[in-house]
Amino acid sequence: MVASTTNTAFPRFQAEGISFITGSEWNPNEDTYGILPFIYGTLVTSFIALIIAIPMSLGVALFLTEYAPRWIRRPVEYAVDLLAAVPSVIYGLWGLLVVLPWLIRPVEEFLAKILGWIPIFAGPTTGVSYFAAGVILAIMITPIITSLSREVFRTVPMGDRHAAYAMGATRWEMVKEAVLPRSRAGVIGASMLGLGRALGETIVVAMLSGNRNEIDASLIRAGSSIAGKIANNFAEAGKDQIEALVGMGVVLFVITIIVNMAARAMVWRFARVR
Amino acid sequence: MRYFKRQEASVQGFERWTGVRTAPGSGLVGARLSGRRLWRNRSRTILIGAAVAITLFPVLWILEEIFRRGGSAMSWEFITSSTPFSVMKSGGGFLNGLVGTGMMVGLAAAISIPLGTMAAVYLVEYGKNNWLAKVIRFFSDVMTGVPSIFVGIFIYTILVKPEQFTYSALAGAAALAIIMMPIIVRSSEEMLKLVPNELRDASYALGAAKWQTVIKVVLPAAAPGMTTGISLAIARAGGETAPLIVTILGTLHLSTSLFGPNTALPLLIYTQAGQAAEAAQARAWAGALELLAIVLVFTIVARVMSSRSRISQ
Repeated sequence: MVASTTNTAFPRFQAEGISFITGSEWNPNEDTYGILPFIYGTLVTSFIALIIAIPMSLGVALFLTEYAPRWIRRPVEYAVDLLAAVPSVIYGLWGLLVVLPWLIRPVEEFLAKILGWIPIFAGPTTGVSYFAAGVILAIMITPIITSLSREVFRTVPMGDRHAAYAMGATRWEMVKEAVLPRSRAGVIGASMLGLGRALGETIVVAMLSGNRNEIDASLIRAGSSIAGKIANNFAEAGKDQIEALVGMGVVLFVITIIVNMAARAMVWRFARVR
Repeated sequence: MRYFKRQEASVQGFERWTGVRTAPGSGLVGARLSGRRLWRNRSRTILIGAAVAITLFPVLWILEEIFRRGGSAMSWEFITSSTPFSVMKSGGGFLNGLVGTGMMVGLAAAISIPLGTMAAVYLVEYGKNNWLAKVIRFFSDVMTGVPSIFVGIFIYTILVKPEQFTYSALAGAAALAIIMMPIIVRSSEEMLKLVPNELRDASYALGAAKWQTVIKVVLPAAAPGMTTGISLAIARAGGETAPLIVTILGTLHLSTSLFGPNTALPLLIYTQAGQAAEAAQARAWAGALELLAIVLVFTIVARVMSSRSRISQ
């Protein structure tokens, strides 16, 4: 796979050299292909998604394993599974036509008004942005992180929990002292897998990021990502641009492989320390 | 430390509210909690409840919108006719997408199910832990983490090729098959591992050869569980959009040819949703309802099958 794609993209790699990755100008009319804005967009949207999704997922996973009475556990599990089953294009449609005008845009305008003096919240905003894509990505990766963390929490022995209670711990103290420390490696691994999914997610970013070819320090203004750019431009691209887009795909592949390797290395290290 | 006595009933109320466990039947609550610990415990409970509420809210919201907007745009015409060429025109439907999705997912399943099953059988029954089995396991692990758009690009470079412009349903099916393979291999492997060795030994004791044992004993025993993985793979492939953008191009015609450009339900939703025209957006919502229904059917089949296989164990 890597050989075939790299081979196709090779003329672009050769023509651009290192500036293919470090260049921030993407201009097919002048045959300039720098993909830094898209690498930036991929990383920024994924990190926004992670920052939102991790606390939510851990909350739901703790609720399911430690807090919920039996009768409510099943419906919540089904709901989370349902969230995982919805195809990404439906999230894109819903995000673009419903969440964006009703929730994300007002929030962005509020942020621009109150915190506009901070560069990352500088306005004016048109709605579509890194932030908008990140929020929908967060909803998409929550089920993965939740179900994996839930499995991890379940592996904590009941005896540890009882021991914590026997010491007079409150429920939260039990969670903090008995459940979380034992699960750290697994939770990091789960989050990394969620990150991997967010990095490669295409449709939602293509629909909600605004498809702009520049780096913008403001999170509430339009940008793009590698996968989003490929999806938006592939159909109407000429030969040179197609080669550049394929080259971007190779870069995305390398990034996701690095993340997955890092996830494994981290899980392995924590597992050994424990 | 101060201790205080309480009635059993109020102890239960106290436990429920603070999350503190007391020794059953003692009538004594342990050390009274300091305000800080009490507040911490209670605030964390509230935060966790809030996380659950915030996570469940999108589920209800997305379902509500799809059923309301999709339901009002859904009609018999939508299911049985193709997309009009003008996005402004109302009416029409996604029959072209339904046919395209059916063809490509069907072909992808026809490729990936036998190959995936054979790979899983090899892993469990023949390879075990030899180098080839390790290589297969490693690659199917890596494959699950590869972005689907990259799979599409790969197929583009070998089947479509720049400048030759041979976008085809065949290429789309190939991409979907690659996406389905690792799901089928890993889930089938787990299921085959669950088949008890006594069954295999019994078969050998009757004089059966290894291949007879695999085909007549092991596979039937694992079949319900393997169906679960296959259903999930089909549901996943049916909802994929990204790899199709770069392999089948997307048309508005109804096409039954494997070798020409084609379209698919998710692809039509994607292109119509991006239009400003109300009519196109209405079609996108109806398409979302149709796609979600199809995906959920396969997901539910997977659930039912997995619970059934658990019963048989």
